[in-house]
Amino acid sequence: MAVAVQGAPSKGSRDREPRPGLVQRVKLSYSKYWYAYAMVAPVVIVLGVLVGYPLINGIYLTLTDANSLNSARTIGVKHIPASYHFIGLHNYADVLWGPGSYDRFWSHFVWTIAWTVICVTVTYATGLGLALLMNQKLRARGLYRLLLILPWAVPTFVTIFSWRLMLADGGVVNAVLGSVGLPEPSWLADPLAQKAAAIIVNTWVGVPFMMISLLGGLQSIPAELYEAAEMDGATPWQRFRHVTLPGLRSVSSTVVLLGVIWTFNQFAVIFLLFGAGAPDAQILVTWAYRLGFGQQPRDYAQSATYGVLLLSILIVFTSFYRRWLARNEEAAG
Amino acid sequence: MTATTERPATTPAEPVPAARPAKFRRRGESSPLVSALSHGALVVASLIALFPVLYIGFISLGPDKMDYLHPGAIFDKATLSNYSKVLFDTDFFTWFGNSVIVAGGTTVFGVLVAATTGYAVSRMRFAGHRQLMWTLLVTQMFPIAVLIVPMYTILSELQLLDGYLGLIMVYSATTVPYCAWLLKGYFDTIPVEIDEAGRVDGLSPFGTFWRLIIPLARPGLAVAAFYSFLTAWAEVAYASTFMLSSGKYTLAVGLQTFISQYESQWNLMAATSVLIAIPAALVFYLVQRHLVAGLTAGAAKS
Repeated sequence: MAVAVQGAPSKGSRDREPRPGLVQRVKLSYSKYWYAYAMVAPVVIVLGVLVGYPLINGIYLTLTDANSLNSARTIGVKHIPASYHFIGLHNYADVLWGPGSYDRFWSHFVWTIAWTVICVTVTYATGLGLALLMNQKLRARGLYRLLLILPWAVPTFVTIFSWRLMLADGGVVNAVLGSVGLPEPSWLADPLAQKAAAIIVNTWVGVPFMMISLLGGLQSIPAELYEAAEMDGATPWQRFRHVTLPGLRSVSSTVVLLGVIWTFNQFAVIFLLFGAGAPDAQILVTWAYRLGFGQQPRDYAQSATYGVLLLSILIVFTSFYRRWLARNEEAAG
Repeated sequence: MTATTERPATTPAEPVPAARPAKFRRRGESSPLVSALSHGALVVASLIALFPVLYIGFISLGPDKMDYLHPGAIFDKATLSNYSKVLFDTDFFTWFGNSVIVAGGTTVFGVLVAATTGYAVSRMRFAGHRQLMWTLLVTQMFPIAVLIVPMYTILSELQLLDGYLGLIMVYSATTVPYCAWLLKGYFDTIPVEIDEAGRVDGLSPFGTFWRLIIPLARPGLAVAAFYSFLTAWAEVAYASTFMLSSGKYTLAVGLQTFISQYESQWNLMAATSVLIAIPAALVFYLVQRHLVAGLTAGAAKS
């Protein structure tokens, strides 16, 4: 079975093929790429129709004054055509520096950034801590793993609903806090406590994914590296710093990136925890949703403007992050 | 995160760690104290992880809709009446069936499509494969608020509103990007020699993929399936926007009818929540063995 076949990709240098004759190359490339394109076609079509087109449509909406009163709609059998107008970049100007832009955009922007940074840091640190604990030779390791990822298996809206009951005034969390003499904040009403509650719940929701990914990363670090470090007399801290962290680099960079994207756009936690209340704890996504759906008339244009701004922030962040990773990788060589 | 090769060996060897007890221990085993502390920490963490889940189960036993305010009273009058009410006096089974169709359809379609994409990107250097992966990453960043209105318009133009297919497509569009990344990472860990052997034996690329690679990629596929199923099973926003008639509601949407009416029936909500969580937990139990292996490859290689 180990016959080297001409033209088949050779291991390690899949980017550069050996060069057979031209005819064969064309044939090969046709057979390879034809399948490749056939294989990615469904994704491209579905994403093109359901994501690409809506995006273009959404971007166009941001340049208009569309809302639920002037968009195309059908009332009974009567169809009313759209009557909104093209107004250029007015929406962006209004959101970013129009009257009251601090209260409408920038305060939520600051909180969204803080929310993302805090949540991802806390989730990552907790996930890493638990993964390290579980990567030891411990009895009942499998059981712990099962119990700790269970939150992931339960639909988010169910557990958020449970947290809502637990955090309510007179709920079980405050009962516990009260019984040990700690203050009992009003989690779902007080602005600062709302933010804390949102962070706690989001951490609880996010840790299982982090933990399992990092546990996987830990298990892929060869034991020989630890042995060698131990031989060299490295302390546990030095082993963590110089073997574990570098070994986790690629896993970490992926989960942190995904964590940032998911947390930044985390809709369910805040929306379901506070419902229509909590104007201060709204992050940009929930705020945009409220503009587009939670008020009358629905302001589609403003909502879409927020959406485009959110997307731009994430794209800028991701490209910087990836560049930073690439540079780091080079430096670490 | 920068230094990798800084060898601690060059520093004068510190005195042999004094904490090491005289008894010989094999590598990787911890001292009794460390392991006791680890067990303690893990037990506490497990309790925190489980408590909200158990709590909702407990609340669901209280027969009155305000019982959640004084949970202590539930001990004396615990009953399963909420469950029987949800199961037999509401449209639970209709919603359940809808959820199964939508989540199952998303899982099958999404994983299949993500697998072929991941495989193509992992194995074939066709023009545009980098851009494709980048596009997939970017689609993860789409806030729901930008997409939901145009998606609604498109689905209504395609006559897919209030139907299973439309919702399955929408969910696939949200799950496939992550699954494709994950599976691409997983396929990267499967040696190319296997594909070569398949080609020598006369299989087409698609045949190689289907007969050789898919069976080998089971852990990765299990994680992707788990992720797709859960996403579809638990999604609220799209489902409540796109499913218009109550005969088409998924469980997550149906659940809201308990509070959107004149009163909040928290007890029924709790019972329904538990019933919704059970199938998800079952799927989870089936794939949990594969979770670590599946995610590792996905994350470690991307």
